[in-house]
Amino acid sequence: MLGDKIATRDSYGNALVELGKEHENLVVLDADLAAATKTGIFKKAFPERHIDCGIAESNMAGIAAGMSTCGYVPFMSSFAMFAAGRAYEQIRNSIGYPHLNVKIGATHAGISVGEDGATHQCNEDIALMRTIPGMVVINPCDDVEARAAVKAAYEYVGPCYLRFGRLAVPVINDEATYHFEIGKGVELRKGKDLTIIATGLCVSEALEAAKMLEKDGIDAQVINIHTIKPLDEELVIAAAKQTGRIYTVEEHSIIGGLGSAVAEVLAEKCPTPLTRIGVRDRYGESGPAKDLLHKYELDAEGIYNQIRK
Amino acid sequence: MDKLKLQKTAVEIRKGIISSVHSAKAGHPGGSLSAADIFTYLYFEEMNIDPANPKDENRDRFVLSKGHTAPGLYAALAHRGYFPVEELQTLRHIGSILQGHPDMKHIPGVDMSSGSLGQGLSTAVGMALAAKLSGKEYRTYCLCGDGEIQEGQIWEAAMFAGHRKLDNLLVIVDNNNLQIDGTVEEVCSPYPIDEKFKAFGFHVMNINGNDFDEIDAAFREAKQTKGMPTAIIAHTIKGKGVSFMENQAGWHGKAPNDEECVIALEELRKAGDALC
Repeated sequence: MLGDKIATRDSYGNALVELGKEHENLVVLDADLAAATKTGIFKKAFPERHIDCGIAESNMAGIAAGMSTCGYVPFMSSFAMFAAGRAYEQIRNSIGYPHLNVKIGATHAGISVGEDGATHQCNEDIALMRTIPGMVVINPCDDVEARAAVKAAYEYVGPCYLRFGRLAVPVINDEATYHFEIGKGVELRKGKDLTIIATGLCVSEALEAAKMLEKDGIDAQVINIHTIKPLDEELVIAAAKQTGRIYTVEEHSIIGGLGSAVAEVLAEKCPTPLTRIGVRDRYGESGPAKDLLHKYELDAEGIYNQIRK
Repeated sequence: MDKLKLQKTAVEIRKGIISSVHSAKAGHPGGSLSAADIFTYLYFEEMNIDPANPKDENRDRFVLSKGHTAPGLYAALAHRGYFPVEELQTLRHIGSILQGHPDMKHIPGVDMSSGSLGQGLSTAVGMALAAKLSGKEYRTYCLCGDGEIQEGQIWEAAMFAGHRKLDNLLVIVDNNNLQIDGTVEEVCSPYPIDEKFKAFGFHVMNINGNDFDEIDAAFREAKQTKGMPTAIIAHTIKGKGVSFMENQAGWHGKAPNDEECVIALEELRKAGDALC
């Protein structure tokens, strides 16, 4: 429901169950984190199709690869740190290179992991996954979008990285009218003075920041980029031409993520002043997620302040 | 088993290894030759496969986890009829389907892309698990190197296979005792290999991996083994069949020059003639 707060990891678990009812070839792999990644919801519904690989993410990636060659559609699940990070080379060589139909469901991305601190806060996963040829990278912003993304990932044939969060975030999309298409950005708010291009949990914060800017007489356009790769270049360029000033916002390093993807497109096709808002080439730390998002200036106030600088 | 026929085929596969690596001016003859008899047995005796239908969902699967010995696999596939034998001469050439390491997207008969050591066994475990889950009868075979098993992921996969009692999985370790930097025990000893696999819940056999009688007996025993996966520690000779390459770590990843190629092929021709 609009206005509810739901973590996208919950959306992941719920969507897997819905898809599992329809598709017998869907299997879910986890690495001893079923309770946290929410694949435990799937395990309860379909125990025989939930495969706990133990704390061995590299092996899990290989098992997913092997199963996919035999007609299964595996969703391998762990925290972003251990999926994209620990198993990077397995994903690159055993899944990406042969372009296998494996989905990587990575939860607990970014600093909003909170109290566990820097070792578990992956701010580099989008950068890592984006460099793998043929890999689709999706970072949904709310429950409605996350569930739609899981469904779209199942239907897409090929490797796909899905990024989910631990923190409950507001539902901003109306399920009745929402349509998800891989690679298509969404203009959430029209504006003529500047454009905020956001992804993941920063989308709702960016919308709030736009309201704050409005009070200052600044008319900000807000675009939700749920698919980092392939990037909706057309939409990015159209926005650059329209407002002439771009800000990207992500709960990820400013190196290699959405900001970099947008910068690459703009530099080559439509040079436009750009500010990348994100984690500034540093590690996270322990603390409540909300406090961290505030400290790292990724909440509405932080985004507003950085734009007003 | 027609031993003489297999022996003759193995000679042809060894010739294919030498000539293709020579043509490529790069590649890995040593470990391809040590495993040539295993490749031969797999593709000409053991596996339920059909070159006319390489994607048959009920076929047996093979993963070459020690992917650098692709020349051995390619020679076996070519002689089994997956693609013309002449194509072996395009190994590692630009534009060839025969990539330096196995590429399942382009090479008929290759069930998994591999080459980054340590990863293949996990994918084979995935295939074996898929068979169990879907109630299919096919078996999955995986060939690992003895140096390769220094990779930790091998033991993650072994733990899982033992835990899941994947008796449709057969792991063969090509124990030729040599890796790039020297003997495996000098570099970082994986011994005792058999005890390690036993500890992970495998039925384990030690055999001479260059002897078809022993290979045949072990593969038959593996098929009869229920309730646990099997590992065959195949004691082999690196460079087997080419006298100047045998037991030489230097021939791990080096191509023979023109003269060496002629000598090696002549040796193999004589070995083939002697089998008649």
